[in-house]
Parts: sequence; C-alpha cells; structure tokens
Amino acid sequence: MIEKYAVLYPHTKFHVINTHVRNIDGVAKVTGRAVYTFDVKLPGMLYGKILRSPHPHAKILNIDFSKALELPGVMGVVTGKDTLGVKQGIWRRYKDLCDEQILPVDKVRYIGEPVAAVAAITEEIAEKVLNLIDVDYEVLPAVFEPLDAIKKDAPEIHEGFERNINVTRHIEWGDVEEAFEEADYIREDWFKCGGQAHMCMETRCAVSSYTPDGKLTIYHSNQSPYYMQALMAGVLGIREGDIRVISHYVGGGFGGKFELDGAIFCSAVLSMKLRRPVKIVYTREEDFIATKRRTPMYYYTRTGVKKDGTFCAREAKVFTNGGAYTGMGATALYLTGFFHSFPYRWKAYRYDGYRVYTNTLPSTSMRGFGAPQAMWCSEQQIEWIAADLGLDPIEMRRKNAHHEAYVIPGQATIQSCGIQQCFDEIQKWIKTKGKLPKNRAIGISAAGFMSGGIFNWFDTPYAFSAAMVIINQDGTVELHVGAQDIGQGSNTTLAIICAEALGVKVEDIKVHSGDTDFCPPDLGAWGSRQTLMAGNAVKMAAEDAKRQLLEFAYAQSGMNIVYDLDIKDRWVHAIARPERGNDYTELVKKALRGKDGHRIIGRGYYTPHRKGMISPAYSYMLQGVEVEVDEETGKIRLVDSLTAHDCGQPINHLGLIGQLEGAFSMAAGYGYLEYMPYEDGKLMNPNLVDYKVMRATEMPPTPVAEIDTYEPEGPYGAKEAGEGLTNPTAAAIGNALFHLFGIQIKECPIKPEMVLNTLKEKREKEKNSKK
Amino acid sequence: MEKRLITLNVNGIDYELYINPKTLLVEAIRDYIGLTGTKRGCDTVSCGACTVMIDGMSVKSCAVLAVQAEGYKITTVEGLEKDGKLAPVQEAFLDEGAYQCGFCTAGMLMSAQALLNENPNPTEWEIREGIEGNICRCTGYNSIVRAIQAVAKGKYMEVKS
Repeated sequence: MIEKYAVLYPHTKFHVINTHVRNIDGVAKVTGRAVYTFDVKLPGMLYGKILRSPHPHAKILNIDFSKALELPGVMGVVTGKDTLGVKQGIWRRYKDLCDEQILPVDKVRYIGEPVAAVAAITEEIAEKVLNLIDVDYEVLPAVFEPLDAIKKDAPEIHEGFERNINVTRHIEWGDVEEAFEEADYIREDWFKCGGQAHMCMETRCAVSSYTPDGKLTIYHSNQSPYYMQALMAGVLGIREGDIRVISHYVGGGFGGKFELDGAIFCSAVLSMKLRRPVKIVYTREEDFIATKRRTPMYYYTRTGVKKDGTFCAREAKVFTNGGAYTGMGATALYLTGFFHSFPYRWKAYRYDGYRVYTNTLPSTSMRGFGAPQAMWCSEQQIEWIAADLGLDPIEMRRKNAHHEAYVIPGQATIQSCGIQQCFDEIQKWIKTKGKLPKNRAIGISAAGFMSGGIFNWFDTPYAFSAAMVIINQDGTVELHVGAQDIGQGSNTTLAIICAEALGVKVEDIKVHSGDTDFCPPDLGAWGSRQTLMAGNAVKMAAEDAKRQLLEFAYAQSGMNIVYDLDIKDRWVHAIARPERGNDYTELVKKALRGKDGHRIIGRGYYTPHRKGMISPAYSYMLQGVEVEVDEETGKIRLVDSLTAHDCGQPINHLGLIGQLEGAFSMAAGYGYLEYMPYEDGKLMNPNLVDYKVMRATEMPPTPVAEIDTYEPEGPYGAKEAGEGLTNPTAAAIGNALFHLFGIQIKECPIKPEMVLNTLKEKREKEKNSKK
Repeated sequence: MEKRLITLNVNGIDYELYINPKTLLVEAIRDYIGLTGTKRGCDTVSCGACTVMIDGMSVKSCAVLAVQAEGYKITTVEGLEKDGKLAPVQEAFLDEGAYQCGFCTAGMLMSAQALLNENPNPTEWEIREGIEGNICRCTGYNSIVRAIQAVAKGKYMEVKS
C-alpha cells in the first residue's frame, strides 16, 4: 500500500494481508494426504466406462447391449433411454441455449460424445465390455468450420437454428460511422485463433452414490459444487437438497470444470439404476476429445485512428467455432467482444459476434474467457498501426488507455486503473535490455480483465457469494464458504481476509469449502470472481462476528462510546490506546456465557448491483516478452519477460505470484505450442506426447512489477489476478516476431512452419519488388 | 495370466501382494497398497504425475511393472517425511508456493528429491532438466525451480546440536 492510499484509507494497515502466508492446504498437498476425487474409493464401488461416438454427426437408431450384460462382472448398462432426456445447459434462463443431453437419446453431434455407459466390478472389465455394445448409426453429413456451417446448404446440427447460428451478441457505443470519418488511417485484418485444451492434471472424474433413501452423494472434480448440485437436480429430476456434491481437492480447472460432464452424469445415472457407488475416471484421451476447449475464433477487426495515434473507432465481427453445444461458450462470445475494446478508450465501438454450431468438440470458457483471442488480434493490429504511422507503440497505447473514473459507455465504470504505471515499468525494462542479439526481439501487449461477472444467466436465487463465520470457545474460527479452491488458493486468500477482518491469525481459521452440505451456495471459481465476491462476503461475515464480540467488550469496558474498539492479532483494544486491552480468547469465552451458550455466528454475502454490464472491477497489465527465433527451423524460444500488473491490493502474495507465473505458462502455450488440429471432426493429437504444453525447460523468467492501486469495490482494495494474465502473452510473442522479421502472423498458436512460410513469402515479395 | 505373490518394499515397509504380473507399479502402489499420494495424469508416460523413487532415482511408476520393482527400495511422496517432520523439499515447496492444485506435486517432489540425491548443487538449467519430465499445469515451474534452489543452498538443512 503506497502513501497515497494509506492516507485515503487509513484502515489499510495490515497484519495478515500481503504477508508471507503458506497455502493452508499445503501440508496436505506436499505429503500426499490430500484426497482428490481421483483417489476416492467407497465400499461396494463399481467402475464405469463410457462408450463414445465414432461419428461426428449421426442418428442413433438402436443400441444393443444384450451381449454386454452376459460378461461376468458387468453390473449394468445405461443409454439415453434410461435418462429423463433433459436438454441441459448452464445458461438456464434461456431454454434455447440448454441444448445438451449428456447421454443423447437420438443423435450424436461430435466424435467422442457419450452414447452409453457401463458399470462393472473392475475398470478392466468395464473397458472390455464397451466392445460388446452394438450401436446402429445413420451417419449424417457433418460440418466442422463455422464459416462452412453458416452456409445455406450446410447440414442442420440443432433443429430450428438457422444457418447453425447458436447465439449472437452485439455491443455498440458511439456513432461508429462518424468516428471512422474522423480517422486519418483505417486498417482491417482477419485473424484466426485456435482452440486450447484445459489439460487439467486431474482428468474429469466422479464417484456417485445413490442410496435407497433417495439421496445422491457425488464426489466430483469441479469448479463449482453448487452449479453441479443444481444442474444435476435438473437432469435427474430430484431436489437440489437431496444431492450432496463434495469436491475437497480439485486437480485443476482453468474454466473447463463448471459444466456437467460425462463422468458426473453417467456415474449418477448408473448409481441410481444399480444402487451402488459408481466411479468414472476419464483417460487423458477422453479428457482431450470429450470435454470442452477454448473457443476457436475467426476475427475481423477494422480500426480507425488519427495521425497522432488517437483511437477513433473500432468495428469487429467474430465467428466462433462453437462445436456441438452451447455450454459457457455464449459467455465467451460476449466477453471476447467486450475485451476486444480493452484497455482503450474508443469514441465509438461496434462488435457483432456469431457463435456457430459445428460437429466438433463443444467450445467453452477457458482461463481468459474469450479475452486471449480478443487481445491476440487487437494488440497485434495496434502494433502494426503504430508501425504504419511511425509512432511509438507504447506511447500510442498510453495515449488511448483507460484511466480512473473512465466510463465505457453503457458497459462499465472503471474505478481503479494502474495501466499508466504499467507502461512506465515496461519502458524502463526495455531500456535496460539495451541492444538485443540479431535473432531476438521484444514484443509487448496490454490487457485487462474483469473481477467476476455481474450476469445471472444461471438464474440462481441465491447471493452470488456467501460466507459464514463461527467462533469456537477457544477462539478458533470455522469459515464456511461456497467458493471453490481449484489450486488457485482461494481457501488461503479467504482465510487471510477472515483473519484480517476478525483480528486473529491465519492458523486460527479453518476453511470449509467444496461440500454443498456444509457450505453456502456460491457461483464458484470462474470469471476471476472469488477474491472480490467471496472475499467481500467473508469480510462482511467476519466483521459481523467481530461486531457481536465487541458488543460484549464495550459493555465490559465502560468506555465512552465515542471511542472505537478493535481486535488485531488476537488483542482486543481501544484504537486510541492500543497498549491497553484484553485477550481475544477470554472475550470469546465471556461472550459465549453472555449469549446463554449460543455461538457467535457472522454472516456475509455479496451480489453485484448497478455495476454495469460486465464486472464490478477490472485488472490491468502490460507484458513484455523477449523472444528468440531460430531462422532455420522457425522454432520459438522465450528468453525473458516482465509483467507489470495492477490487481489492486494484493491479499495472498505467494498465491498472487503463483497465479501470474502460471498464467504465463498457459498463455505462452496458447501463443506457440498448444495446437488442436482436427481432421473431419477428429482431434489428431489427443495425448501428451503430441499435444505440447510448457515444460520447465521452456519457461523464461517471469518477474512481476506490481502496480499499487486501491479498488473501492474489492475487499481491502483487491481485484482480479491470475486469469487476466492469460490474455497478453500470445500477442506479445506475435509482436516480437513482427519486430524481429517484419512479419505479421494472423493465426495462433504460431507454428514454426508458419514463421518460416511467412518469412519466405515476405522475402520473396521484397526480392520481386527490388527487381 | 497366473497371479503371482510378490513383495514390494515401499517407504521401508514390505508389502506382500498377490497380483497379476502385468500390474503396473503405479497400480500396485495406489490400488493394492492404498498409497494414493502418487497420481496418474496420462496413459503415455508423458506427465510425470506418477513419479516415485526406486533406490533413490526417479522413475515413472506407470512405465514399470510391479514385479520389476521387487527387491528395490521404492519411495513415494508418503515416504518423504520422517517421524512427522517434513523433508527439506517439502518445506521448500510450501515456502515458495511451488504447487497449486497439487495433483502433479507428488511426482514433482520425487523428481526434485531424486535430482538432489544425484546432484546436490544443480545449476538452474540442471534443475529445469531434472523436472522436464513432469508437467505442472498450474505454476509455470519457476516457483518449483526456486524451491529446489533453496534446498540446494542449504536453507532447510537440519541444525545439528
């Protein structure tokens, strides 16, 4: 907290926040004691496997599993006919967008889609028995690319969706035509952005146990136990309250684990039929071909600027490859359009997005949520425009960047914004780099991101986040949250906020999360929402509990009521006379007696109101990446980097650094490593030999320059970190290639052959023009 | 195939197992012995989540049959701590935040420990090569490298009284 903010917000002298705190789940994780869904074994448990469609588009005419049932050890088979046939989706408010039967009744729409599920006494038998199920298909014509699927004669994937257009989104402000008139220079480009696999280390898995009393308990690896509970109730026709979802430790999520998957649905259907616990674990191949992926996009963007670099107008049209179903893809379609304007002030802006059904793996949210694609296109085009106009690319960005109190017309109000300091830091860093070797260049990219979405297409009747704080007689604290720790460290961050607000130590807090029976509903871990939303709920709950405690302290002290009491570090004291006070634990014991034994319970919640169309707060960042290219092979190596990052007040410092470094590795992977090549709807590299992710030897140093701001909407001034940083890296790598060779690559991830081909084309062009 | 009776020494304890000879070591450790700290993340010997130490060297336990490991000393993540006290690599991982979701952590710790067994003073590049076979999707590896460096520098050495 720098001086400026300390004066404005004197309460921000922290005892716990932003200190070195080990992750509270750390000991369980480094000793192998943490039990993931993958590790769960229940008495009498059966093992399930899923039979998948080999066709990208086909009618299911008949499924014969009579031979399968004869195999010893096989306990049962289920197909779409054993389900209610509910078409489900996460956009529950919009019936049209609930389009996915996880075990389809009559039609499959992508290769890998579940068709039947079996349960057996061993996983081996379950695997073997899949070959004994005969499915008659009527193969239908299929279409794989959005620009083909919107053609008039393209096959119809879902009934009633003309030209296979699943969702459209329109964002507009200002008079676009007039603003383009004012521009001295207009540039337009087409870009193509690839998909990306979430590639969580723990593949999708679930253990479902339905008991004769009508209760269903599910262990499941996910980002939002509440979503799972609510969605499962919908597809199974039982009450939410009769379903318990337990997700204590989750082996990664990255945006891919908050919709229903085949593991949770099929294990539950099997368990309801057989009244035995059933476990389904996806193989790595299944996880690649039959979950979801980052949304591939075709981007057209047209930008008008003045000679001096002032941004006038931008117009974008985007066609996304939605794959077979909607899922969270509808949100990605909106967010990509919004973040394509980021982090700049446009006099006028227009975006039209079309999400198109194809016969491929459904696409959805993934860390960055549409913004990495938006930035890949925007930040490269801006770099090229600066070059076209002979302007300094950083200064041109600086001139047009968001600032505090800027209103994005009709969309958002920016309260805190540290982007200017980000420009300063990166400029300094570039200077210290001096002259680079011949095969190296630096590329930069700006970005920003939201701190939780304000939208409620899920149609929850609950607060977006809630928390409960219960104080035990020895001063220890039970913190119940619905926020989900998927490795990003939310349990620790929320424990820190609770300890700070209540005035105790982190080790006094026990966090209860990942269990719908014991935690309040919360939308869960997505859209960078938990630090701000769950954080505000926890702060409110802790302050509520503290207020109840201090009532007793006041009554006991006989102090003049104009004085304030507080608790810090387990010490109850008058703020004006901190040396005089009492022990917190003693106060708790007295308070318990005073309340006739009732425990002190604090409650808190958070739901955004009147916060624009997108989010209550936005993070800002600028990243520089030093890239080396081997001209012989086109191979890219990342040499160094600096990220200047504004996330408001950091809460969990170790967690923050980890999130930023981790985001870099995933973002760099999207930039130049992680391709998802399809041939006739079939993913060609569904394994970790052929699908490359960053390895330790490929990571450059990833230092962070933290920019100090205070976000009034966030708990203690905090906002998003860790998802937004997935946005800039691909474009920064692209921009480095532009500065190195003058080439403009419009497709990501950038393959070595793309570098070589573009370079060759450019050199041939130059040769011809010299002739 | 006929089942066989074998003895596996895991974390200093002999376990007698009656198993199918094609059982993988990772399956023996997880499913038969019940030590679930060791994970599996792929089917292609690519991710390193199942890494254990055999006689102090890192081995992907999905690439070895249980019967092949007979007669060797196998160490899993559960065997790193001694008498309830965490090993230096575990302490260092905690201090550097060298894990997030934790699913790769057991394998990563075993690769780290095996590297340090073989080379107590590795360079940064040797550390990166030492853990190259382990995928971590969360951390971006640099915190793991810092943790291993801290151990190599002796930060977690026991003070002998």
